Amino acid sequence: MMSPRRKERLVALIAMAIALFTPPLLLVAERMGPGALPLYVFLAWGGVIALAGWLLEGGRGE
Amino acid sequence: MRNELTVLAVAFGYLALLFVIAAWGDRRAEQGRSIIGSPTIYALSIAVYCTAWTFYGSVGRAAESGPSFLLIYLGPTLAMLLAPFVTRKMVRIAAAQRITSIADFISARYGKSAGLGALVALIALIGITPYIALQLKAITLSYAVLVDYPLAAGERLDSAPFWADKSLWVALVLAVFIILFGTRHLDASERHEGMVAAIAFESLVKLAGFLAVGVFTVFVLYRSPAELFARVAETPALTDILGLSAVPGGALGWVGTLVLAFLAFLGLPRQFQVMVVENVDERHITRAAWLFPLYLLAINLFVIPIALAGLLGDTGGDPDSVVLTLPLAAGAEGLPLLVFIGGMSAATGMMIVETIALSTMVSNQLVMPLLLRSRRLSRGGQGALAGWVLGVRRLAILAILLLGYGYHALVGDAYSLVTIGLVSFAAAAQFTPALLIGLYWRGANRLGAGLGLAGGFTVWAWTLLIPGFAQSGWLDAGFLAHGPFGIDWLRPYAMFGLEGWDIYTHSLLWSLVANVGLLVGVSLFTRQSPLEQTQAALFTEALHPRLDQASLHHGQTPRGELRALLDRYLGAATSARVFAGEPEQGADQPAPAALVARAERALAGALGSASARVLIDSVVRGEALDLPALLSILDTTSETLEMNRRLEQKSRELERIGSELRQANTRLRELDRLKDEFVAMVSHELRTPLTSIRAFAEILRDHHDLPDDKREHFLEVVVRESQRLSRLIEEMLDLARLESGRLTLHPERLDLAALARHGIEAVQHPQQEHGIVLDVAIEVDEAPVIGDPDRLEQVIINLLDNAGKFADATTPRVRLTLARHKRHYRLAVEDNGPGIAEEERERVFEKFHQIQRPDDAAQRGRPRGSGLGLPISRGIVAHLGGRLWVEDAPTLGGACLVMELPEAPHAAA
Repeated sequence: MMSPRRKERLVALIAMAIALFTPPLLLVAERMGPGALPLYVFLAWGGVIALAGWLLEGGRGE
Repeated sequence: MRNELTVLAVAFGYLALLFVIAAWGDRRAEQGRSIIGSPTIYALSIAVYCTAWTFYGSVGRAAESGPSFLLIYLGPTLAMLLAPFVTRKMVRIAAAQRITSIADFISARYGKSAGLGALVALIALIGITPYIALQLKAITLSYAVLVDYPLAAGERLDSAPFWADKSLWVALVLAVFIILFGTRHLDASERHEGMVAAIAFESLVKLAGFLAVGVFTVFVLYRSPAELFARVAETPALTDILGLSAVPGGALGWVGTLVLAFLAFLGLPRQFQVMVVENVDERHITRAAWLFPLYLLAINLFVIPIALAGLLGDTGGDPDSVVLTLPLAAGAEGLPLLVFIGGMSAATGMMIVETIALSTMVSNQLVMPLLLRSRRLSRGGQGALAGWVLGVRRLAILAILLLGYGYHALVGDAYSLVTIGLVSFAAAAQFTPALLIGLYWRGANRLGAGLGLAGGFTVWAWTLLIPGFAQSGWLDAGFLAHGPFGIDWLRPYAMFGLEGWDIYTHSLLWSLVANVGLLVGVSLFTRQSPLEQTQAALFTEALHPRLDQASLHHGQTPRGELRALLDRYLGAATSARVFAGEPEQGADQPAPAALVARAERALAGALGSASARVLIDSVVRGEALDLPALLSILDTTSETLEMNRRLEQKSRELERIGSELRQANTRLRELDRLKDEFVAMVSHELRTPLTSIRAFAEILRDHHDLPDDKREHFLEVVVRESQRLSRLIEEMLDLARLESGRLTLHPERLDLAALARHGIEAVQHPQQEHGIVLDVAIEVDEAPVIGDPDRLEQVIINLLDNAGKFADATTPRVRLTLARHKRHYRLAVEDNGPGIAEEERERVFEKFHQIQRPDDAAQRGRPRGSGLGLPISRGIVAHLGGRLWVEDAPTLGGACLVMELPEAPHAAA
């Protein structure tokens, strides 16, 4: 069972991931130059996975 | 041209290795030493999501539509983040209800409806067969590229007879594999451990294969990523494909494909199989929730560099084959073969799991319900059905793979890999609304789900499948441009005039509108049957603690009939397992509810929940519980839980109060003892002077002839003893007043130094009589404090008196000091007696407490105290805002009583 606080954090992470993977943030990334869009997606994706790993694996004793 | 024999040997050698791994996995499982009980293996088995479509198709899609290929993996990333909520609930339900497939799951949720299960199985069969075809196409194509390069692969394929197509043989070998490792148990809800082990291994192989090409491209072919991107920057046309403009449908298409991938991931039968049916431990979901997205990220890392390198190098041919043609064109030895094996593992992994999932659906949802109606089968001998079920499932496996092959042989060439994949995705996405809404909304019912699925499927077929046939040349493509019978608003790619969208987002929008609209709308206006209500509650409340299904049945059936049913359909061994622990006798006794539930679950594991329900209903008389009954059970459970929680809290409180009471009781006993002692002491103290007074008074009364000096002496004694009596009574009254708060003090500004000297004068004389030496050290000229002079003097005298009593027996000494300490004045009285032990220091201020002395002072003629002097003194000092305590005597070595009073504020000048 996850603690209520961890559940809240996971929901917040999901909301953040949705915001990162969709326009308008995506359009902002694209304006930065040619090739910026895939770079942005990979960085955001990696960041979300790292946060999820930290959230789900860390603090088991919470 | 590579040696065909080598390639074939490697390919079929690889398949043989899969057999070995699966057999090893199954053997370990039989020995009770499972190799799949790890969250990492679980995450790797979920990676069956990455098929040949990922392996070859991603690069093709990146070359044509830019970063849109990433959406196929971002959608599942979002779905996996939700897994600790959604998948966990599905796993819990699947374990409780012995769910065998996604069709079984949806059928069970909506009242174990056989019709709904059949509909889902049918849609899956139609929607997913092209996807299996796609895998076979990838194997055929990659084999041809590998063997024929640099010749174009297509030429040779067109002219070859079907038996020369290696993918047919791969399909047949896989059929044998799946029959061996996928249908070992009749119970389809049991894990296929060997198969899962093989799938996890395949996930590693395909990742290694793809990363190898990536590293080769970026670091061997171009020496560094910087060099590759520098070359790309020189070609503006190439940089354009990296932007959102290359994505079909632009920003809207991006969102549409993301939603499509999210829904499809949850609705794909093979994903349901590995994530839910094959899950061995709920806790593995937490690890997979981030590890599987990490796998997706890793396998996609080199897609763009490979696609760009392919476009730069112009290796020729199909963009879907660039992964192979790139190392082939560079003349790399060995690497193309590794890539081929990687692609083959991606394809075979998908085919194995998808075929198991589909064959279970076909046997349990399509064929068995029909067979159960046949009288001949239901009258068959022991375990007749068991043979039938396995036979049907094995036939279904062969049929599905051949169907896939047929589709590939006939239609496959008309579509690119990505197109087939996305069409299948859109079909699988139709299951997700019924699945997700059914998990969280109790009101969703069978009719709504059935109509929603049918509606969504129809729209999908009209907007994606049929146009696909038309584009393959099988149908007249005219209706694409003008609509059927000239009805413009029904054009498949522009329904209701919605133009300019990419075809997948367009199809997803209208199919979801139909699907969700019908599901919700119809559910809101129709009623559920009692069984539907029960199942809906069981699904939506699946994470409710202590929900025990056994209590949900209240039908009646004799034990014997139930046993006969299980014998007939599952065989004696299974039936014995279900009846384990039940008494052998009493075949005509009614079976307990838990046994009926166990029997139904055993049947459900083999036949699916709908068929199991039909069979149980044939012997059990009485209905399943309706919703109010179920809700009352759930409510009772929550009430019980709540009650338990409160009880626990109360018990903790009681424990705390108990311990406080125990402490209080100990204290009371101690006080009681002190009181007894006090009463005894008071009686003694009162009686001693009274006895003397009485005795001397009687002498005086009876002897009138006493000499004057004697008479004088006796009268003196009577007066002294009366004074002692009144002093004792005075002390007791003081104490009573102090305790009740009625002691009235008259505080005024006074000089503590003067008061101390006054007190010394009062005791000096009697103490000198007892040989006590009194030292005085008053270090201040004046010590202004606020206090009641009479009471303070009483305290000082009491302290000096006490010190005298406890001073050393032979050379008694007492010392009084008065000094300023910060903003206070401290008056300390010490003696050279034995001192007061640390633990006794607070107790001397307790009422009636007396320190036991070995050399009792009374023996030396010194007066014994009442045990009230110090408590009274402390009470008075506290009333005046000061403190009174005991410490070690700094100069004389005995006890030291210190009184501290705050300095009086300066008097107004």
